[in-house]
Amino acid sequence: MSKINLTLPEVQIREIRINSITGYQGDAKGLVEASYSGLKDKERSFSQCLGCATSKAACMTVLIQDAAVISHGPVGCASCLHEFAFTYRVNAPLRGLGRPTPRHIFTTNLKEKDTVYGGNIKLANTIREVYERTQANAIFVLTTCAAGIIGDDVESVCNEAEEELGIPVVAIFCEGFRSKVWTTGFDAAYHGIARKLIQKPRQRRDDMINVINFWGSDVFSDWFAPFGAKPNFITPYSTVNGLKFASEAAATVQACSTLGSYLGAVLEQDFGVPEIPAAPPYGIAQTDRWFRALGKILGKEDIAEKIIAEKKEKYLLKIEELRRKLQGKTAYVTAGAAHGHALLDVLGELGIKAIGAAIFHHDPIYDSGRKENDQLAQRVADYGNVTNFNVCNKQEFELVNALNRIRPDLLLARHGGMTLWGAKLGIPSLLVGDEHYSMGYEGLVNYGERILEVLENDEFVKNLQKHAINPYTKWWLQQAPDYFLKGGV
Amino acid sequence: MSKSGLIEQERYTCAIGALQSVVAIPRAVPILHSGPGCGEMIAGFFERSTGYAGGCTSPCTNFTEKEVVFGGINRLREIIKNTYKVLDTDLQVVMTGCTAGIVGDDVDSLVAEFAEEGKPIVSVETAGFKANNFEAHSLVVNAIIDQYVSRFEDEYEFKSEKNTVNLIASIPYQDPFWKGNLAEYKRLLAGLGLKANVLFGPNCGGVKEWQTIPAAGFNVLVSPWYGKPIADNLKARYGQEYTWFHHIPIGANETTEFLNQVLDFALSQGAQIDEAAARAFIKHESDAYYEEIDNLATFLLEFRYGLPNHAHILHDAGYVVALSKFLLHEVGIVPKEQFVTDGTPEKFQDAIRADLQSTSNKKEIPIYFEPDAGKAHQILRGISHKGRGLIIGSGWDKELAKEKDYDFISAAIPSPYRLVLTTNYAGFSGGLRVIEDIYHLVLSSYA
Repeated sequence: MSKINLTLPEVQIREIRINSITGYQGDAKGLVEASYSGLKDKERSFSQCLGCATSKAACMTVLIQDAAVISHGPVGCASCLHEFAFTYRVNAPLRGLGRPTPRHIFTTNLKEKDTVYGGNIKLANTIREVYERTQANAIFVLTTCAAGIIGDDVESVCNEAEEELGIPVVAIFCEGFRSKVWTTGFDAAYHGIARKLIQKPRQRRDDMINVINFWGSDVFSDWFAPFGAKPNFITPYSTVNGLKFASEAAATVQACSTLGSYLGAVLEQDFGVPEIPAAPPYGIAQTDRWFRALGKILGKEDIAEKIIAEKKEKYLLKIEELRRKLQGKTAYVTAGAAHGHALLDVLGELGIKAIGAAIFHHDPIYDSGRKENDQLAQRVADYGNVTNFNVCNKQEFELVNALNRIRPDLLLARHGGMTLWGAKLGIPSLLVGDEHYSMGYEGLVNYGERILEVLENDEFVKNLQKHAINPYTKWWLQQAPDYFLKGGV
Repeated sequence: MSKSGLIEQERYTCAIGALQSVVAIPRAVPILHSGPGCGEMIAGFFERSTGYAGGCTSPCTNFTEKEVVFGGINRLREIIKNTYKVLDTDLQVVMTGCTAGIVGDDVDSLVAEFAEEGKPIVSVETAGFKANNFEAHSLVVNAIIDQYVSRFEDEYEFKSEKNTVNLIASIPYQDPFWKGNLAEYKRLLAGLGLKANVLFGPNCGGVKEWQTIPAAGFNVLVSPWYGKPIADNLKARYGQEYTWFHHIPIGANETTEFLNQVLDFALSQGAQIDEAAARAFIKHESDAYYEEIDNLATFLLEFRYGLPNHAHILHDAGYVVALSKFLLHEVGIVPKEQFVTDGTPEKFQDAIRADLQSTSNKKEIPIYFEPDAGKAHQILRGISHKGRGLIIGSGWDKELAKEKDYDFISAAIPSPYRLVLTTNYAGFSGGLRVIEDIYHLVLSSYA
């Protein structure tokens, strides 16, 4: 049964909605099997700083071209958002944006007296002032722990402002304490967008395909062109209007199912846009399935076959050559859920043995409810099991422990702060920020070449290793990595 | 301030941001009793600021709904206990976030239990809604003094080291040049014959140095307003008097004045200093500085293809005043409208205004106290002066500079546009570095 209910202001958190977990130690195969038979989470009796939903909700709203974003909380809860202003500017050329405009990022700057008397009036005044200052086409209000606990009625304040100003004023409930799975913040943003921005379709357009993604390079325009379609990138670099009519697209695809699980399902279930029944195109097997699924939905299966044949012709030899060069190498992966699985696909295809992974959380099944979208299951089926598979929400102490033990030839990471420990242990480490970089046949070549380059040029990490500073105790490095993981089954 | 009290483009963060002051103490660790995102927000604000055990390494209770409803004190006990097993640290500072602040966990009592066992642990309340990080820096330092340094008071006779001073100056990480500045202050004070406890960064002696705080003969405060509660606390606790220099000494004029002020004060406090040698040191430093300016003057006066002639600074009050004085007198760039973005409490604003005004008796320098930098941008958009303009500010200001076709130097945080390691802006060499930065930028704009 669908857990999507757009009549409620708040999205249901991932732990409840799709039974997501943040603690597991075992192998990938065991996790896939457990996913379908009632997975239980485990808690840690030691933990380090996580991330929270509010910054994830922010990255899906701050980069909307003509919107303004208000963090309703103390000044600290908007501290890191300047990074998205930088991203917006730097990656604008990838999306053909010649003149990126400054991002409009505000905080209501809640003070102690607001926690006593409430922050509703302050929020109402802030929304008004932000509109005067920015003339934005939509204003997003992100909630924070403080605003949530003191019980401000953010939904009503936003609704009243919306009426007064005549633009969408969208409340997004993304208090950090509500979920241990910070990607709930993506869901929260999409929930608000779906409730307040996306409109019922006026028509069905066969020339537009939604791409739920971050801010990576545009590989999709070329891929969709033979199908006679263009990508509608959501939500970064979209416009308020572009989002409104995402409901008219022929289909939705995802760059990362962890990111777009909820919005893909909402677009399908509430607006009739089918999500393609295939995990994102990483590795040859999955890329072929993905193009075929897309072709089928668009009624253009012959075009999909033609694309696949052309890609094989163009890239297979190169991929084979990379496999030869990478033979016998081992790697460890740390990344957010689906993209981590995607990197494991890429490794599998390139013939590099994945001997461990620390994946930030696990969604047993995505909101679509389709097993075809389960990238980890596909990975295990296509390329085999992954040992030392740890579900671990950026708990550096576990990562350090595992890496120190496993000592792979290569660390692949996706998310800041995680490569450091590979490098400190003298392990060549690679972070590719652009998640589209490793997609498709061309992605395998791109990534394989980057990996070769990183393995070849290890002088920096070898030197760093000699001088590495280590705050972890000897005792800890001798324990099993799941020492502090308890409870659950 | 805006009508609603909102802040656009924030230049400081909330109280828990002062965890960076802990990170700046060698082998110290902040333990966060907070929501799951606080550490990430702070790491993202300061960038490249992990240190020994900050960033992803810092332990955190990561409040969930359960702790919000039932309290999080047991969770905190567990995390502290296991921190000792996992991390090898000399000092632990437990800091609370909004969640713990609102639900009212009794963190102090819990931390006192560990302290009674002899653990080098202290607690400090840093709920984000209570203060900003400029203010919370003092809360953190005073908590360490009151709860940790106090344990060593028997070992050191108060004020027994007449030639040692505690320096209270740059706030670690909030001042992007803190490491370099503290090193330069230490070098300059050594030139006078004083040993400075700088307390943070690679040039301090870690917790061992903190333990000797009571023995210092007197203290030096370099700040427009922040950090003053530390100097006041030390005065009340140990009877240490302090000399207060109200802005950052950048360039020869202000550094000379700063050093003379400290020297006079040191002598009055009974420090054993060879005064002639100390004055000779100041003169030597100043002469070396002016050798550079002398050599540079022709370029400043004659370069015919255009140099900036006026500047706007968006920074904390210490830099705004310091850079204004420096640019006018030692570089020949006229300070125009200036913006203090540090949330200076009202009671200090008049003194800062007067300090800035004393820069020149010929011209008025308008100053705005405006933590809402979006408002500052609105004001700047409406201002235009003849000639080539320069903006010195944070990364947020780069886009405005581009819009106005001004030169831009990133010298405040947050800034993704500049990497600062051990560069200093304070002192004689700091002034020269500012000059290098400006004209490197300007000359790079040709061809």
